Amino acid sequence: MDSATSDLTGTRPPLRSTADNGLKIVIVGGFGVGKTTMVRSVSDIRPLNTEETMTRAGEGVDDLTDVESKTTTTIAFDFGRISLNDRTVLYLFGAPGQERFWFLWDRLFTGTLGAVVLVDTRRLVDSWYAIDRLEQHGMPFIVARNDFGGPHYSAEEVREALDLSEGIPLIECDARSRASSKDVLITLVDHLYNLASSARENAP
Amino acid sequence: MSRPGRDDDPDRLYTVTGGRSRSDSDAFDLVTLVVSECEPTPGMQSEHAAILRICRSPTAVVEIASDLGLPVSIVRILLGDLLAASRITARHPRTTASADQLPDPEILKQVLVGLRNL
Repeated sequence: MDSATSDLTGTRPPLRSTADNGLKIVIVGGFGVGKTTMVRSVSDIRPLNTEETMTRAGEGVDDLTDVESKTTTTIAFDFGRISLNDRTVLYLFGAPGQERFWFLWDRLFTGTLGAVVLVDTRRLVDSWYAIDRLEQHGMPFIVARNDFGGPHYSAEEVREALDLSEGIPLIECDARSRASSKDVLITLVDHLYNLASSARENAP
Repeated sequence: MSRPGRDDDPDRLYTVTGGRSRSDSDAFDLVTLVVSECEPTPGMQSEHAAILRICRSPTAVVEIASDLGLPVSIVRILLGDLLAASRITARHPRTTASADQLPDPEILKQVLVGLRNL
């Protein structure tokens, strides 16, 4: 690779020339809950950051937007990637769960395999909105509780606090650990596989 | 971390895209893998040339946006130009088996195997 390219791509290793299928998983959570930490733990590359802007001229402005009549929504998100085999590359996105983010969900995350809602039991309220929106979007998800060493709540207590349906897996994790973050992803994909298989069986 | 382009005013973005604010189609997913089919040529718009250099090996749309420090929507417009001129090819994600939103179980199985082998 010549220097003109590495100036642009930094030290990121190139994908194999056979790579032809990019997949997405989104990790949603409040500020400081460990999204980027989790992406970094399992990613083949140092997490990158990018942003998307959306001009919502002529649309109703949501309540949280400044009255300055700002019509541009900008969200920044981190991402990393894992090469799964010669052809398949999994991209992991760490996305803020705040309200304005969801305006861009369809544009950015259509076709996402599924989502991980990363929660901090000290601030469970931060996750309510994300869970609600994922359900509205029909996006399958699991909940992973990042261990910050706070007071211990039982799984039942967390389920109840989040009003989580029976079928949605809830697991504990340490986002700093590669093995633990990998387990979170495996739990999600297992869950997706079960959903997809049973949907197929029930299909006419 | 300061990034070129990140805090640029909208005027520059307007110039980069020749005044277009939306792409003609949503042909490019965040994770569509883009591959250059030619080398940059003299006189080519610098962003187009940069994309051709970045995409000598397959590169996702979102990686290109990050490398260029431009919003994803702007990068989609630039990629549309290059695709129309056959200077790049696009490898689109294959995920869903049907319209019911759930991913193809075969693909999920591959993902599981890949993750377990990490």
